[in-house]
Formats: sequence, structure tokens, C-alpha cells
Amino acid sequence: MNDAPATIGSEKEVVRAARSKVTVFDIFLQFLIIGATSFGGVVPYLREGLITKNHWVDDKEFVELLSISQSLPGLNATNMAVLLGDRLKGWLGAVAGIVGVCLPGAAIMFAVGIFYRIHGDHAIVTALLKGVAAAAAGLLLATVIQLGKKSLAHRFDLVFVLVTVLAVNRLHLGVPKTLVFVGLAAILFHYPRQTAKEGATK
Amino acid sequence: MNQIPALIRVFAYLSILTVGGGMAAFPEMEELTVKVHHWLEFHQLIHLYSVGQLAPGPNMMMIVAIGDWAGGILGAVVVLIAFFGPTALLALIIGRLWAKLEKWPWRQSIQDGLASVSVGLLLAGTLSMGKGAVTGWTTGGIALSVLLIMLWRKINPALLVLGGAIVGGIVFMPK
Repeated sequence: MNDAPATIGSEKEVVRAARSKVTVFDIFLQFLIIGATSFGGVVPYLREGLITKNHWVDDKEFVELLSISQSLPGLNATNMAVLLGDRLKGWLGAVAGIVGVCLPGAAIMFAVGIFYRIHGDHAIVTALLKGVAAAAAGLLLATVIQLGKKSLAHRFDLVFVLVTVLAVNRLHLGVPKTLVFVGLAAILFHYPRQTAKEGATK
Repeated sequence: MNQIPALIRVFAYLSILTVGGGMAAFPEMEELTVKVHHWLEFHQLIHLYSVGQLAPGPNMMMIVAIGDWAGGILGAVVVLIAFFGPTALLALIIGRLWAKLEKWPWRQSIQDGLASVSVGLLLAGTLSMGKGAVTGWTTGGIALSVLLIMLWRKINPALLVLGGAIVGGIVFMPK
């Protein structure tokens, strides 16, 4: 858990050295700390804790795992915990990672749920929550816009975005059917084209 | 009535719908937890989700509260496992296969295709949630302000949610 000494070796060697000493408990503890302190989004804290502080992964691997996380179902935070934990210490590391990152937030929301059930109808609580919910809605929309800017590969993808929204919110087709139909259409739209750059792929 | 089997079924099902983020499953979550099973009301779902933005860790932890309300502490535990277990297992498997999938030409197609659908699902979830959260000029103003600040500046989102609470408290507090 100590900061790596200022070795002259390359980043890869630092990571290899740090990784060889990691235990499942180290992973659990580090993810527990991240789970308890990551206010406002987990991924930046993962980067800070795993790359900068512990040197368990390098930047390149982190970005690669993040891209896997984003294309799988599941939250980014928990998918990252599983993928990183598995790379560090196999499936036990994955379990330690996801349990650690979830535990503090789960305990807090358990307590919040009890409090809300008792006091949720108080005028003060309702007033505060109206503001919180409105802010959360604005926050969500900002997140969607940022994700869209970053991850949409083609201008035409906006059509798939629109069709998905209409299918779920207007036609009430349900998320699974929408996912299958629009998803398939979008995947076919991006079918693997044989370009000069990809000439080597079989 | 024992709600545990229903909690497992519902949250394991919601788990696999969270493509792109937890919000992708929100419309279905509203349908199942509010309209079908009556574990809570729509405004409560929105409140719990929103308060969850102030808690550290993954942002769908409010499901624990739903589990507790419907099935006590066992319900809370069961919901956690049902909601995070299936996708965790999938991430573990795909994570290990990834190196092999690297050479598969359709991998990039799937990633690019799912990107647009997952943005659409997140947007659909955001709009469903927004319909319940933005109910007038004040709430609209708060949401718009947060949106603009987020797009203009790099700032911790939890602080903005806290700001929303303060504005809400001042405006909506009964005199």
C-alpha cells in the first residue's frame, strides 16, 4: 500500500513490481477506500487510487478496461472493479474489488432509506429533495451529452439515439426489445469494413 | 407476503439492462418497482435515486433502500447480489476473452453500435426521471443551471447536487 519508491525504471516495471506484491486484502482495502470517498463519480478516484497512488495499472491498460466496461451491461464503477481486481489477483481479486467498492455506498443508502421512510414526508425534507432531484436530472443530462460527444463514432449515430429514445419513451417498446432491435441495426450499420489499415485482420 | 423471489427476479433482470449506465434501466425499473410490485411510489424512486448522487460509490445504490423496504435487511442483501452479480460475472468472462476478441472484426462494430443505443437508453432514462423531477420553473431552473455548469466547468457533481438541495430548501420551504 506504500507509494512506490522513486525508481528510475519504466512505468511498466514499476507496475510489474507493485503488482507482484498485491494481496487480495490490499485490493479489498483500496476499493473500500475508493467506495467510501468517491463523491461525484467513481472513475476519477479509481484512476487516482490505482494508477497514481499504487501503480497497480498503467494509463493504457486503465483506458482499455474502461472501454470494455462501457460496452458491457453493468455500471462503469462495478465493471471496472471486477476487471481491475481480476487483472491483479484473479477472480478473488475481482470479488474483493466489487464488494469493497459497493459496501460503503450500500451501507449509507441503507441508512438513508430508513431515514427517508420515516421522515420523507416532512416539509423540510420534501423541499430539499425537490432541489436534489432537479439537480440530479440536470446532472444526468450533462453526463449523457458528454458520453455522446465522446463515444458516438458517426454523425448518423444520432438517429439511433433518437430512435432508441422514441422506442422506450413514446412507443413503450420496453428496454430489452429496443436494445435488441435498435442495437442490431446499429451494429449492422457499423459492420466491419475492409479498410487498408485493417488489411491484416482476417 | 414474501417479496424475496420477486426482488431477485426484478433486479437480476434490471441488471442486464444497464447498458451504458444504471440509468438505462430506469424506465423498466419504474415500471416494475412502482407500477407492477408497488414497492414504492414514483416520487420516492426519484428521491432515492437523487439522494444517491450525494453518496460515494457506484450510483445505483438506492436499490438497497428498495430491497429493505420490500423485504427487510435480507431484501437489501438479495437486491445487491441480484443487481450486481450477473453483470459482474459477465464482466469477468468478457474481460478474460477480450484479448482474443481483439482480432475479431465485429468487436469494433458491436462497440460502436452499442455506443449509440446506450446513449439513447441513458437519454430515455434521463427523460423519464426528469419528468418526475422537473415540475415547474424553479426545478427547471435548477436542472438547467446544473446542466450548463457541468458542460462549462469541471466541477464535482456532488457539490452541484448539494447546491440544488440548498436552493430547493430555500424556495420550497413552507413559510
